Amino acid sequence: MNMDSKFEIEMCVLSSPQYLCVVRQAVLAAADRLGFDEEVCGQAVLGVDEAMCNVIRHGYDGDEDKPIWVKIGMGSEDGASGLVVIVEDMGRQVDPSGIAGRDLDDVRPGGLGVHIINEVMDEVEYQKRSEGGMRLTMKKFVRSAVYGNEITEGK
Amino acid sequence: MNVMSNNGLFDSREELSDGYYVRLSGDIDMSRSPEIRNELLGIVGEDCDRLVVDMTDVPYIDSSAVATFVEVLQYQRDRERKMVLCGLSRRVLSILQIVRLDRVFTIAADVESGKSV
Repeated sequence: MNMDSKFEIEMCVLSSPQYLCVVRQAVLAAADRLGFDEEVCGQAVLGVDEAMCNVIRHGYDGDEDKPIWVKIGMGSEDGASGLVVIVEDMGRQVDPSGIAGRDLDDVRPGGLGVHIINEVMDEVEYQKRSEGGMRLTMKKFVRSAVYGNEITEGK
Repeated sequence: MNVMSNNGLFDSREELSDGYYVRLSGDIDMSRSPEIRNELLGIVGEDCDRLVVDMTDVPYIDSSAVATFVEVLQYQRDRERKMVLCGLSRRVLSILQIVRLDRVFTIAADVESGKSV
């Protein structure tokens, strides 16, 4: 779905984990405004948080003084409304087709972020930015909730 | 039961007959996971047949916290020891479910059962 998006919040934070809570609060506020219930708000927050962590960990190799741009807005199309969040960076570029979650049967620490994002968000798109870095666009629609592997509505 | 000093990361840390009980609080994300990892690995590095982690006051975890718990769990299992999570909110439990680790961890409904399971 190509949503007609309007961004209400735009921010730039440093790639330090201490600012993750700032972005989480912003996403939570936007999701709450959209009328998402607590469960879906939590999923949207988690998805964006994991995206930020991936930028810090993989895009910037843990450097804490690099920029991450976050745009948060509401979109709608065909009567469906939802949350749109774009995370952009100037970190290492990777082929979007190669970004995939790992085998969950292999129980080991790490490597879960991509899987979580794919599970909790309704649409996920990675792009290389022409000016460098990556762009991740995530969409979460109203009336969508994922409880573990059980999908209740919307997705 | 011996209540040990709070080191700032844990709300409390108690010695059990067969290990340790720790109570965490607040969001556990990438900004806190490394310190908590080090502290938990330090605890299980002692004589700890059972580690009980109380998450009652933890409203949010991310994948870095999950990775920390998996690492500590593996450390314990390699030594045929236990790690028990208890007091998980629905939100925290749902994150473990999303990554299909809810069946890997021993999850107790409450603290008391966590100390005896």
